[in-house]
Amino acid sequence: MAACLLEMKSLSASYGTTTVLQDVDFRVYENDFIGVIGPNGGGKTTLLKIILGLVKPFRGKLFFNQDIVSSKTIGYLPQISTGDLNYPVTVKDVVLSGLMIRKGLVSRMTSPDKMRAEMVLEELGLSGLKGSSLNELSGGQLQRVLLGRAIIGNPKLLLLDEPGNFVDTNFENDFYEKLRELNKRMAILMVSHDVGTISSHIKSFACVNRSLHYHPYSEITNEQLLSYGCPIQLITHGEVPHTVLKKHE
Amino acid sequence: MEQNIFQYEFIIKGLLGAVFASVTAGLAGTYIVSKRMVFLSGGITHASFGGIGIGYFIGINPVLGAAVFSILSALGVEYLSVRQKIREDSAIGILWAFGMAIGIIFIYMTPGYSPNLMSYLFGSILTVTYADIVALGIMSVILIVYFGFFYRTILYISFDELFARTYSPYVNIFKYTTTALIALTIVLNIRMAGVVLVISLLTIPPNIAMLFTKVYPKIVLLSIVAGFAGTSAGYAISYFAGIPVGATIIFTLVIIWIIARISVRLVSFRRIQTSP
Repeated sequence: MAACLLEMKSLSASYGTTTVLQDVDFRVYENDFIGVIGPNGGGKTTLLKIILGLVKPFRGKLFFNQDIVSSKTIGYLPQISTGDLNYPVTVKDVVLSGLMIRKGLVSRMTSPDKMRAEMVLEELGLSGLKGSSLNELSGGQLQRVLLGRAIIGNPKLLLLDEPGNFVDTNFENDFYEKLRELNKRMAILMVSHDVGTISSHIKSFACVNRSLHYHPYSEITNEQLLSYGCPIQLITHGEVPHTVLKKHE
Repeated sequence: MEQNIFQYEFIIKGLLGAVFASVTAGLAGTYIVSKRMVFLSGGITHASFGGIGIGYFIGINPVLGAAVFSILSALGVEYLSVRQKIREDSAIGILWAFGMAIGIIFIYMTPGYSPNLMSYLFGSILTVTYADIVALGIMSVILIVYFGFFYRTILYISFDELFARTYSPYVNIFKYTTTALIALTIVLNIRMAGVVLVISLLTIPPNIAMLFTKVYPKIVLLSIVAGFAGTSAGYAISYFAGIPVGATIIFTLVIIWIIARISVRLVSFRRIQTSP
């Protein structure tokens, strides 16, 4: 039986007067690979922010299994827009910033830290770019750099916010393959609106739209998706079959 | 003999002033240029003129008044834009002009003629005192220690503030501390280059440095070198040509920047030409 990493108990969160999440009960276990799906504004990102401690729930509790995971051992890949791509900072420095969580205020990077960064860059196929600045990278390379920043501290839980947003399709399969490898040593919680793409990679779903419904296995099989004969980006709850209209000729 | 003492003092003040101005401007300038805070810094500078005016009026050291005003206006912009939901650039524009207005009103109300007014607006080495130089020297040490100790923390907060918040509870403290130190740096450099020109002293050297490197610590070092070249050459030229020193420094720095830009272009152009 895999150990539980974190548990949310009847947790609610709001921005001002707008309730974004209500009575959420949710557990993440070791080796989970959960896709968090739902409409825009439904509270997917808020769920991640609560785990990261950036948003405080106004009701309910969040427990970490302190033996395995704490807020210091979580890796986070935010949506792309957070950093300034023209900032004078190198790829290697960005990856190293993932270690800041364990550093004090007077933060020197030691030789083992730098070796660890080289290893992560090597693992993600970025060794040749370690001295580059971010505006020289392609979308896929940038995403790998930010993934490197998220995993350099060997987290037990990896949070990904819309990683499909800036990936080029060439790299998409590589990226999910990489995640599958990482999943052997860490649980993954991935926010996405692109159900079709992620359904073949994840192990289970959490549907978030104010409330959270957990589906303990990937109910949507590849066969189902293939039967539509087109990429599926939208899944709803309810009775099957839903109709998908053909594109106009 | 008297002439020699005057020259000696001018050279010592000029040289020390150039060293400390380029160190403080290089460190603070790289931060504001990288973080795109140039307009905010310009606003802080001009708002501090209000402090100079009040300083004159109540008879305290105008630099002290400017220091208080610059820090208050830096925090005021933050307050207005975050808490009162006023657009940041509008908040800067308002404080910018408000500070200047206060300065002009109080200087006008001060009895007697204020001979140093022009030196605050455009800078003058003749009115720079040894106390000013010492203050700039202390500021250099403070900035070197601050950026030296907290280099990565400051770098990562200004690169990606949201991500920094996921691991550090000190993001706001660092943002405000750095902004306050930059406000002080600007005020102390006003004596050298003046309210109107000082912002270029902070922004041109990093822009010269960024033509050659994209690595933060190297940008700082190159900015200091470029700043020193510009300020000391500016001094020499202003001394021999008998023109105002602040304007000469900025003019010299811009010329260096233009020459650097053209040479970098030419070198990369030649590389493309000669590459197989």
